[in-house]
Parts: sequence; structure tokens; C-alpha cells
Amino acid sequence: MFSFAGLVELAKADQVKTDQVKSGLVKPGLAKQRLRSINFGQLAALLLLLTIFALILLGPLISLFSKAFMTKGGDWAGLANYTQYFKTPSLTISIGNTIDISLWSTLFSATFGLLFAYALTRTRMVGKLFFKYLALLPIFMPTLIHALALVFLFGKQGIITQLGLDINLYGRTGIIIAETIYTFPQAFLMFSIALEYADGRLYEAADSMGVSPFTQFIKITLPDIKYTAVNVLFVCFTLAFTDFGAPKVIGGSYNVLATDIYKQIVGQFDMNMGAVVGTLLLIPALLSFVVGKVTNSINASTLSSRATNFKIKKCMPRDVAFFIVCIAVSLAFLALTAALLIGALSKYFPYDMSLSLQSFMFDSSTGGINSFSHSLQMAIFTAVSGTVFVFIYAYLVEKSQRFSLLKKIGRLLSALPLALPGMVIGLSFIFFFNNANNPLNIIYGTVLILVLSNVLHYFSVPFLTATGALKKLDSEFECVSESMGVPGYKTLLMVSAPLCLPAILEIFMYFFVNAMVTVSAVVFLYSAQFQIAAIAITHMEEAGNISQAAAMGFLILLINVIVRILYEAAIKIVKAKLARKEITNV
Amino acid sequence: MSFLEIRNITKRFNEQIALNNVSASVKKGELVCILGPSGCGKTTLLRIIAGLETANLGQIIIDGKDQTYTQPKDRNFGIVFQSYALFPNMTVLGNVLFGLKQRRELSKEEVHARSLEALRLVDLLEHKDKYPRQLSGGQQQRTALARALALSPSYLLLDEPLSALDAKVRVKLRSEIKTIQKSLAITTIMVTHDQDEALTMADRIIVMNNAIVEQIGTPREIYDCPSSAFVASFVGTMNVYQQKSVTYAIRPEKLEVVNRHDKYDLAVNVNEVEFKGPLTRIYASCADAPEIYIDIPSEKADAMRVRIGATMFLKTPQKHLRRWTV
Ligand SMILES: Nc1ncnc2c1ncn2[C@@H]1O[C@H](COP(=O)(O)OP(=O)(O)OP(=O)(O)O)[C@@H](O)[C@H]1O
Ligand SMILES: [Mg+2]
Repeated sequence: MFSFAGLVELAKADQVKTDQVKSGLVKPGLAKQRLRSINFGQLAALLLLLTIFALILLGPLISLFSKAFMTKGGDWAGLANYTQYFKTPSLTISIGNTIDISLWSTLFSATFGLLFAYALTRTRMVGKLFFKYLALLPIFMPTLIHALALVFLFGKQGIITQLGLDINLYGRTGIIIAETIYTFPQAFLMFSIALEYADGRLYEAADSMGVSPFTQFIKITLPDIKYTAVNVLFVCFTLAFTDFGAPKVIGGSYNVLATDIYKQIVGQFDMNMGAVVGTLLLIPALLSFVVGKVTNSINASTLSSRATNFKIKKCMPRDVAFFIVCIAVSLAFLALTAALLIGALSKYFPYDMSLSLQSFMFDSSTGGINSFSHSLQMAIFTAVSGTVFVFIYAYLVEKSQRFSLLKKIGRLLSALPLALPGMVIGLSFIFFFNNANNPLNIIYGTVLILVLSNVLHYFSVPFLTATGALKKLDSEFECVSESMGVPGYKTLLMVSAPLCLPAILEIFMYFFVNAMVTVSAVVFLYSAQFQIAAIAITHMEEAGNISQAAAMGFLILLINVIVRILYEAAIKIVKAKLARKEITNV
Repeated sequence: MSFLEIRNITKRFNEQIALNNVSASVKKGELVCILGPSGCGKTTLLRIIAGLETANLGQIIIDGKDQTYTQPKDRNFGIVFQSYALFPNMTVLGNVLFGLKQRRELSKEEVHARSLEALRLVDLLEHKDKYPRQLSGGQQQRTALARALALSPSYLLLDEPLSALDAKVRVKLRSEIKTIQKSLAITTIMVTHDQDEALTMADRIIVMNNAIVEQIGTPREIYDCPSSAFVASFVGTMNVYQQKSVTYAIRPEKLEVVNRHDKYDLAVNVNEVEFKGPLTRIYASCADAPEIYIDIPSEKADAMRVRIGATMFLKTPQKHLRRWTV
């Protein structure tokens, strides 16, 4: 693929040569000199990063697809695996199940997300900052823990169940609630961004014509956010569709595709069938990816020309109504967190509720405290290497003077991980790396493969953050440096990176938090010697030791919140430092 | 012997031609302005001279060496961009030091001395510890100039260095840049779309339009003997009159206003009179020319009592009348 790109560039140079020879302007042989004008250091760096990225991204995917179309023996199977799959009702039932729970949880989280975002952007209610941070709480926990917290409240011996309200948690109901919690922050964040833009003039005009607030919402606000809404629906649907953690804990006998893959691979060692289900998981993800691309491009073209001086009117009943919604959602989240804490701090839930730190003495058979320190190591390693890789990658793609074809390929590749569910990444990584013919298989079973899968899994959003920050920098910094003979890496280190420090910190935090909570990709890749916390939780839960599971979940939440607070503090310091130099637009 | 030679440069961006067979030369120590309307290819030409862009065809010869394909770092020039591109996280001194520190052959003391010398040259010594955003536009501009000059480049490239400044500062900096350029005798190529800037600063002007060179000459030559109707109307004001395939043109100040009617004189109607200090501009029209500009000394205008709506007679001295056949 990349030698192809190189060939194209060389062919272009050749074309110029023939042009020059034909026109009789230049002696033949000068085309060779043109090569001198290429910045080979930059070209080599760009090629190297793209090759690494493409290898890690496309290699495993190709392995996945070849597994799906092959027999166990490794012969070409065509669609045989798929026909077999669709002839097995015990497997296909999961398709309907997965669609069912995804639709319901999407409906709920989109509705609550919209209400919450509207409350925070378009009302004058009190406590906005508090609500904003609380809404993000689910992000800091693995989806396993959302489900586990529900077990403490609504499970067989749950606190609320004991009070007489049995909602029949295990199965469909539980999954829908857990996925709603999981996808809510996404819906909320996306709607907030869309609602922050408002053309005040439209609302003033509507007011002067006596249009009611409700009609204003239908006629002005909704059309404004309709593309975001479409996007939210697809994103939430895909997240719920591909999640593994929650159904693992409270799915019971209700099968979904993600748990099916796990059973096929870990339970029955049927790699080919696992691959078939994996490709099914890709369908909504790819669809969502395409919808996102399209709606974002439409949004970008309509947003730019807007006046944004929207004044929120005083309206007591509205503020009170939204305050109640926010309080309800927040209480629910707080109740879940409290339940988790109670579970973790009780001696033996639910039989002995006396306060004890015993659950924090983790059994080594299910991972032990080591798994937590492994998770920390993995998250730090992911955050450091991910941030460095993403930033340099974005820098080369954004700031290279030439190589427009390579830069285009780089941009294209950067967005692809967004369409890859963690399950699919994990699965395809086994196929690719756990292969004796692959020299890279030395990293199989090490922390390296976990880090690699995380960096790939969470690559796209940091890439956008980095390019966004780099785009704000004067494109002529590089030209000036080059003219002064300053090598490119020095400009990157001394100018671009310091100016993009806020973005770099954000990327670091993003990688860290996600590496701490992810289960889906790493569940296939961890080794017995390198247990990690989120996986240990599944083992504790399987062993019936849900108090320890809760304790571990609580530790993950705690460390993530601490990292978030450190991040906010660091950002404040950095921004203050930049402000002292009057650099405000970064 | 010219210092820099631009030979038959052609540059395409995809299908669009940004430079079409452009040739020019610059003598050592000269200040040459590239003048032309927006989008005519000025910046592209400058970037090719700098090596930041590579031409599709043609050659760049610098100091006798073919530099068409060398990297910017091997060309030894200083450059100032329209945006200045000052590193906002470094002080004025830091900006100037950034490039100097790359020079292995310079000792620490030399580096320091040279940075201070560059700052003294642009009169910014007392602001050396400020950050770029804490400076006025003119000071930022001079910082960029100091940074470009600190490496003792063999030539200097300026892309619209003054266009971001307000009119007063601009006029002041024109003469400052010119003074520095002359005192260092540094070959300088400056891009501008401002004809006043080009006329007052340049030793020679390269007038460009639509990716080609229209004319190269001293400011006087360009003004007095424009080689095309485009140059004539782009540099200064020009009355242009087209008759069949011939274009006639004459500067407003070359038109003579006469009192008495001669059969060769042109009768025009005065539409507007504008007092411009020593000169008065009269906007007039006649049957086949809707807009005629006439500049006459204000004293004479007073004496003649020019009034709106009045009829005047114009004489067009043949020696100042320019003709181009299409
Ligand atoms: N990197 C590029 N890719 C594509 N087209 C370009 C690129 N750079 C310049 N052009 C095109 O080449 C033409 C000449 O551009 P150039 O920047 O040289 O104009 P200019 O004379 O400097 O104009 P201005 O006075 O507006 O700065 C323009 O039409 C421009 O759109
Ligand atoms: Mg330009």
C-alpha cells in the first residue's frame, strides 16, 4: 500500500521529467535532482508511522475476515460459516435480542441525554456544574460495574428488591438499564455541543411574533440539532449493540452477540464462528461511522455562519421542571455509586452488612490487588505511548509540506478505529498476533499487546483533538523554522507541543481513563501472568464474590476521578501560564 | 552579474497554473518588489525562491549555483511572513535565538552578541524579554525582521510584511526597512499588492498579473512607461481609452486644461471636484468616455474657478499619450 504511494510520487516526478525534456527547457537527468527537494526525514517519519498504524489496523482485520471465510482446517469456506450460523436458531436469536436491547437503551439514553443537555445549555436552573460532572460519572467505570451496581440495588438480594420491589433484573431489563447508563454520557455530550450553538435572532423573532416556547422548540431548536440527533441515535445504538461488560454480568440466559463471541472463543474454541459473529458486530458500527461522517460534514457547513448571542430567558416553571429531571438522573447515578460503595464496604453482602474493608483484601485466585497495579501500569503505558504516537502522527499529517497523498491516507486511516468495536479489535488481534507465522507474535501475551489494542481502539478521538489544536497554530511556523535550519522535530518539541499542551493533557487523560475501564478488547488478550482489574472483576463476579468485584470497581472509579481532577488542575495551570504570555487562542 | 535568477518558472497546483513561465533577475544588494493583485502568484514565486515549494518547470539560480531543488535550510535566506509567524511561547529574544542556536560553529558568546545586535538593528533591545502578543503590530513586525536577519542570510524574503499594520505605522516602517536594507546591502525580495509601497521602496519592481510577469523596471519606468494597460491602471491612476484594437492611456496629471476651444480639444463635463492638497482632481465625462480623471495644481484650479456642471476643454499632449495595439 505504501510502496504504492511512493510509486505514485515517483511517477509524478517522472512525468515532470518528460515534460521538461519535451519542452527542451531542461537537460534530462535533472529530474533526479528533484529528489533533492524532498524532505526525506519527514517522509521517512510519515511512512514509518503510517506503516505501523496500517499494519496494526488492517492486519488484524484481514485476519478476522479470512477466519470468517475459512474452515477450521484453514481451507476456503466461502459463505459456509455464515449459512451454518444462520441455520442455528440458538445463535441467531441473539441478533434479535441485541437489536431489541440496543433500540430500547438508545431511546432512553437519547431522551434523557437531550433533556439533560437542554437543561444545562438552555435553562437558568442552579447547580449546572454539579450536574455536568455527575453526568460524566458512568464514563469512569467499566460497564461491568454499571451492571454490578444494578445487582446491588435490584438483584436477587438487592437492597431495593429486599424492600419488596423486584424488577426482574437479570436478562433483558437489566441489560437495557445498564446500557442506558453506559450510553447516557455520550448522548448528553453530543447534544450539549449541538445545543451550545444557538442563533439568538431566530428566537427573538419568534418571540416578537408571539410563538409559544414549545413551538419554538419544535420549529427552531429541533431542526438545529436534527443531524446531531441522528448521530446520537447511531452512536448509542452501536455502543449498546457491541458492549460486552453489562450483558456478561446481568445478561443471565439472555444472549447477545458480544457474549456469544466470548462463548464461541473462550468456551468452545470455535474461532471461525467467533469471527462470523465479530463481522456481524461490525455492521452497525460501520453504518454509524458512515452516518457520522455524513452528518458531521452537513453540520460543519451549516454551523459556521451563525450568530451566537443567545440569551436564556427567565422562566421559573421550565427551570424547575428541568431541575427535577436532572435531580432524578443524578440521584439515580448517586444511588448506583452508593450501592457500589455499600457492596464494597459491607462485610459479606447481603448477609452481613457491617462495615469492613475486607473486600479490599482481594483473593489472589481471581486476580488480586496485582490486577489493579497491572491495570495502572497498562493505563499509564497506554496514555504515554498513545499520546506520543497520536500527536506525532497528527503533526506529520497536519504539518508536512508535501506528500499530499500520504497525508490523505493518514487521515482516512485515523478515522477507521471509530468503526471498530472493542470486541472486534480483541478478536482480530488474537487471530493476527497469536499466529506462529507472524514474527510479531512475540508480543502476544505481554502487556504490549494490551497497550497496542487500547491505543488503536481509542485512537480516533485523540487524533481529532490533536489536529484541532494543531490547526489553530500558524502554518508558517514550520516554514520559518525550516528557513533557519531548525530540524522539524525541534519545532515540534519547542513550539507546537508546548502550544498544544492543553490538548496533549486531554489526550493523555482520555487514553488513561479508557484503558482503565475497557474490557471488550482486552478480554481476549490478557495473559494469566498479567491480569488486569476490569477483567478481574468478571472473575470475581463469576466466582460469586461480588463484594470484591465492587471494591475493585470502586478503586477504578477512584483512580479515574483522581486523574480527572489532576487533569483539571493541570489545565488550569497551563492555561494560566499561557495567559501570562497572552496566548489565549489555544 | 545578477545575484538571483528566476528562469522560466512554471508552477501548477493540480490543474491551476499559479506561475506561467516567469523569468526575472535580481542584482546583489537590490530591493525588488513583486507587485500584483491578489492571487496572481506572488507568494508562490516567493516560496519557490525559498525552496518551500518546488517549481514544475524552470530554474532558480542563486549566486551562480542552481538551487532549483535544494532544501530551504541549504539556501541561507531570511524570511518574514505576512502573519510574522513569531513563536508565541518564546520571548522576542527567544525567537531570535531559536535559529542561531542551531549554528554549531558559533560560540555561546557569539550567539548572544549576534542576537542582541539584530535586536539593536530593529530598535527592540528594550523589549527583548516580552512575549510577541505583548507587542504592538509594528514591534512584532520588527521582531520577525530581526529573527530573519540574525542568521546573516545572503538574501531576505518578505511576504507582504507591512499589510497587517495600520497606515501610519506602515509608512514609518517602509523607510525603516529600506534604511536597514541599504545599510546591510542585503539583497531583498518583497511581495506586496500595495503600489505605493512598491513605488517608494523598490529599486526595481516586477509587476505580475494572472501568473505572468507583465513588466520589470524601476519605479519610474513602470510609472512613466507602463508596458500594458494592466500595468498602467494597476500602478497609479490612468485614463484608459479603447478605440478598435488600440488602447490609449494618459496619466491624469498629464492632461492639460485649456481655456479656449481648439478643434482638436476635447469638451468634457465636470462631475466632481476633489481637493487633494497641492493637487485638485477633477472627475469629468464626455460622450465616449464616462469617467475621466484630471489632476491639476490646486492654485490653477482656483484661478480657473472649476465648477461642477461646467464644461472644460482638455488637450492631450502626444508625447504623454501611450498606445498599445492588442
Ligand atoms: N497550496 C496550494 N494549493 C492549491 N492552490 C494554491 C496553493 N497555493 C496557492 N494556490 C493558488 O495559486 C494562485 C496563486 O496564489 P498565491 O498565494 O501565489 O497568490 P498571491 O499573489 O500571493 O495572492 P495574495 O495577494 O492574495 O496573497 C492562487 O489562485 C491560489 O489559489
Ligand atoms: Mg500572498
